[in-house]
Order: sequence, then C-alpha cells, then structure tokens
Amino acid sequence: MPRMSIAEALRQAIREEMARDPRVFCIGEDIGIEGGFGGAFTVTLGLSQEFGHDRILDTPISEAGLAGVAIGAAMAGLRPIADVQYGDFLFCAMDQIANQAAKMTYMSGGTVKVPMVMRVPVGATRRGAQHAQSLEAFFTHLPGLKVVAPSTAYDAKGLLKSAVRDDNPVLVFEHKLLYGSKGPRSEKGALSPIGDVPEEEYLVPIGKGIVRREGRDVTIVGKLLTMYRALEAAEQLAEKGIEAEVIDPRSLVPLDKELILASVRKTGRLVIVEEDNLTGGWAADISAIVAEEAFFWLDAPIKRVSAPDTPAPFAPVMEEFYVPSVQQVVEAVEYTMGEG
Amino acid sequence: MSELSLPWLEAYRTMLLIRRFEERCNALYMQGRIPSTLHLYIGQEAVATGVCAHLRPDDALFSTHRPHGHALAKGVAPRAIMAELFAKSTGCCRGKGGSMHVGDVNVGMYPAIAIVGANVPLAAGVALAAKRLHEDRVVVCFFGDGAANEGAFHEGMNLAAIWDLPVVYICENNLYAASTPISAAFKIEDIAARAAAYGMPGVVVDGNDVEAVYEVAGEAIARARRREGPTLIEAKTYRMCGHSRSDPRTYRSKEEEAEWEEQDPISRASLRLKEMGLASDESLQAIEEEVTSVIDEAVAFAEESPSPEPIDALKHVFWEARDA
Repeated sequence: MPRMSIAEALRQAIREEMARDPRVFCIGEDIGIEGGFGGAFTVTLGLSQEFGHDRILDTPISEAGLAGVAIGAAMAGLRPIADVQYGDFLFCAMDQIANQAAKMTYMSGGTVKVPMVMRVPVGATRRGAQHAQSLEAFFTHLPGLKVVAPSTAYDAKGLLKSAVRDDNPVLVFEHKLLYGSKGPRSEKGALSPIGDVPEEEYLVPIGKGIVRREGRDVTIVGKLLTMYRALEAAEQLAEKGIEAEVIDPRSLVPLDKELILASVRKTGRLVIVEEDNLTGGWAADISAIVAEEAFFWLDAPIKRVSAPDTPAPFAPVMEEFYVPSVQQVVEAVEYTMGEG
Repeated sequence: MSELSLPWLEAYRTMLLIRRFEERCNALYMQGRIPSTLHLYIGQEAVATGVCAHLRPDDALFSTHRPHGHALAKGVAPRAIMAELFAKSTGCCRGKGGSMHVGDVNVGMYPAIAIVGANVPLAAGVALAAKRLHEDRVVVCFFGDGAANEGAFHEGMNLAAIWDLPVVYICENNLYAASTPISAAFKIEDIAARAAAYGMPGVVVDGNDVEAVYEVAGEAIARARRREGPTLIEAKTYRMCGHSRSDPRTYRSKEEEAEWEEQDPISRASLRLKEMGLASDESLQAIEEEVTSVIDEAVAFAEESPSPEPIDALKHVFWEARDA
C-alpha cells in the first residue's frame, strides 16, 4: 500500500475530487502561482499545472472576500475548497463564516445549501501568537458548520473527500506539524507522520471517531497533534502497567460521542488533551457530555490537559511549555489513577 | 442609452405594488399583527423596479435588511413574503427568516443578507459560479450607502473587478445609514467614484427616476451579460420612512422630507405616464385596484396559514435534501 504524508494525502484527495466533479475548485492565497508555495503548506503544489488557474484560483490577500466568494459560489452550484493559509486568519473572514455560511441554510428555511470546504492549518509553530491558534473548538460553537480534524494521512484524504461531497460548509482543521511539507516549507519540530493510503477509492465518514489504541484503565481523547501526544503517553504508561485507550474523534461536529461514552464506561477514567486554550474549550464540552451521560461509570474526576489561557508565545522554550506535552498527559492519567 | 425602452405600465405597477404592500405591512405592524421588525423601502421603489425590469428569473439577486421591494420586483410571491412577515410556515423562509431574510431561490432571490456589506463578496461568488458554469445569467447586488464603508464591500468589489465577474452592484444612497448622514460617513461626493479604485465603471443616477435607473441598469446588466465585467451604480434616493419601525426620524428636518416628497418616484412616474399618454386617471386607478387585491389576497393567505411547530426550530440547521 502506498505510504505518504498528510500533505500528499490531501493533495491526492483534491486531485481525485477535482477530476471526478468539474464543479470542485480550489480558491485561496498563493495556492497556484507558478513558482509559488502551493498554499502555505504545499498541499496544492503542482495542481494549477494540472487543472489550470480557473480551478486553482489564486486570490489577493483578502480572507473575507475569498470566504464570501467561496460561499456564494457554493450557493450557486460549485463546490469550492477554500484555503486560508493560517487558521488565525479565519477571524478576518468571521462574518462570512459565522453569519453567512453557517446560517444560510437555516434562514432560507432549508432551500439554499452551501457545499463549501474550508481548509484551516492550526497549531503553534514558532511563528508567535497570530499564526498559531488552535481554533477548531471555536467553530464547533456555530450551528450549521461541520468540523473535522484529521490526524493521519488516511483520514486526511478520506475526510477531505467526504467534506467535498457534503452539502454543508465543512471546516477541515489540519495541524502544521503533521503535514509533512517538504523543502523550504518544511516545519521545524514537525512530527510529519507517514501513513498507509489505499490506492482504491475510499471515504472516511464525517461523524465517526476511531480508537487508536485499546486499553482498559483510562480513556485519553486527543485530536490532531495531541492525539500523538496521547499515544506516546500511552506507551510510557504501559511500561508502568497502565493501559490507556486513545480515542481520536476525527470529527468534532457531528461528534461520535457514543465512541467516547462507551470507552469511558469501560475504563471509568477520562483525560482530554488538546492544544486549544482551556476556558470555554472543547475539552470542557467533552467533560460535560461525559459528566452528564456517564457519571456513574466514572471512578475518578475528569482531567483536561490543554494550552493555558494565554495567546501562543514565540520563544521555543515558552511555546514548548504552552503546547500540552507527553509528560502532562502522563501526569494527568496518573492523577486519575490516584497516583498523581 | 439602452436599446430597450422601459415597460412603463409594468414598472408603474411594480412600484405601486411595493408601496402599497409596505404601507399595508406598516399598518399591520402598528396593529400588532406582524411580529417581524420592518425596514421599509418606501421612497426607493424606482431603484428595485428599474433594475429588476431587466432580469430573467435565473438571474440572481442579493438584497439587504430592507428587502421587500427587491423581493417583489424580482418576482417573489407577495403572499409568501407576507406569510414570512406573519411568521407562518408558508412563508418564503418557512418562518426561519423574517423580514430581513426574505428571498426565494426559485425566482433567483437568495435570502436577503442583513449584515451590511456582507452580500458584496457573496454576489461575486454567485457571479463566479455563473461564469465558470458558462451560464449567461448575471447577478445584481443591492446595498445602501452604509455598506460602502464596510471592509467586505472593498474586498468583494476588488475580487469582482479582477476576475471580470458578471455582477452589477447597486448602491442605494438614501442619505442615511440608520441616523448617520452621509456627510458624517464620506469625504467624497459620490460613492460611485469608488468604482475607479477597483477599475470598474461607476455611474450615478437619479434613483427616484425609474426610467433613468432602467437605462443605466440596462447598460450595466448588458455589459455583465457580455462578460465584460462588473459595474457600480449609485442611485441617489431617499428613505421616506425611518430606518426601522422604531425610528422617529428626529435627526432630519421636516423641510428635507418635504423636498423629497416632491420627488416621490411614484408620483413622478404617474405624471410621466399621463404626459406620454400611456395612462389616464382611470387606468391608473385600475392598477391601484388590482394591486390592492393582490395585497388583500396575500394578507388573507398569511392570516390563514399555520404557524410552524416550535420544534421546527431544530430543522434545517444542516441541509436536508428531502425538504428542499
């Protein structure tokens, strides 16, 4: 089976969907310029030669404009894949996403659809506070948007293809340290997981999580980069005789909450780890769901491991402190085991 | 000059329908029978009418928080608009939209966009789709003077211009953004002058003269249909009522209102009709009666229609193919 990086898997998904459906096109900043970057993280590299500049459409630096154009194009029968370079820039397009894309189907009484995909790189990567924020939780709070966060090449391809075929706006959050971007666009300290991607066509359904590692003692929920932190912590814990189950939700909206609840009912313990800030975050929401629906199965308080309530710092030593570490996950698990 | 000439009687009827429809809405609102807020279009009827007279049902229209006139001129059924204002399940948005979001995509009107300026890039997006799908339809996008100071206006206008998109932007400069006069919001005389900054034609027109609007809109729409790019039209007009139903209009003078009263687009149109011998007092009265009966029917339909079930609030958050 071919093995590839997430950037390659995403590129393959885009290529296949564009070949399958002439309505699909990409729109974004620096995505198709000859000699350019192929998007901030090389995902669309080479695609403009293949599909032409009408379908790999470069825009000025104009996030509200390109988001609005993508939404309008989706309302009129196209299937745009928009790219905003850095997740933080979504705030420039906030009205278009929050008031237009998310609410259009609803306020039209179900008569207008917005089949748009927005690809969003997130994660702290030594660029300081305005190119770093993990925003996926933010957008789970806007009814009308679907939100996915693939952490493997297999899921990146399968979820992006599902997103393109979905009749709703779907935000695809991608982590900068997981892309495996090469050359001058490679990232310091990147994890860049290489994964199996089947040659035959497949989709990963939006709304289905996955158990990455089975275990009986504690459930750890992690997404994007923190899923890998959770897996590494699980390996360390196994050496101490603690078997952690690691769950990767993959989709945040809709959420496969049954997968999390079933695991917690088995293990009796829950640790949620995410790179987003603590307050009002996604980990709080998962905690609330489990507290409401699986409280009587819990043997210990739920623990959240997240970034502190600060903007992302620049200095590598501070950034390392900011992003949840394997050690923090291990400690959180030990706390729930009464060993902290 | 456009090659076509204004279908005068039809235009007069549309303007009158908008005027009488909204007067009725206002009366019903005062009686507490319409729960929706209302932003009345009264005084601006010539703009929607003159522009929409050129449009085909498959041409797309974007509107604002003041959309009733655009909806009626584009052909949204009066009864469906009225039922929406009455918050009924038979409304054009099934009770999910209200006054500020009326629309019907089946006649080319997207739900009206009540965030000022936000429709400018959306309209560019629909125009991009039309161009990419090789359809010869065009998009028109209405907004007020207030929108021209929004960031989305700038970004949308620029993208429409660089890609030569088939969209016509119509700024209805009614002199006030809520209570703020244009003198406090613009350093320039004409908003249309901003078109030059994007490299597109900008045209100023008397927005209370339906024939003049028809002519400039005809040229801009023909240009868009020929795929020669967007145009910004500034129609100078006047909002004869307040911003919304809770506006006592204490920020402008009675003298100013009286001056604009003289420029009432419907009075001007009826004078022209009679001057040209296209109508008599009797034939205008017949139009009046016909319009009244359409509105009576719309109100009766709205009143008799069922309310949505409270739990219907949970529907249509996401697209449901079977309900479309």
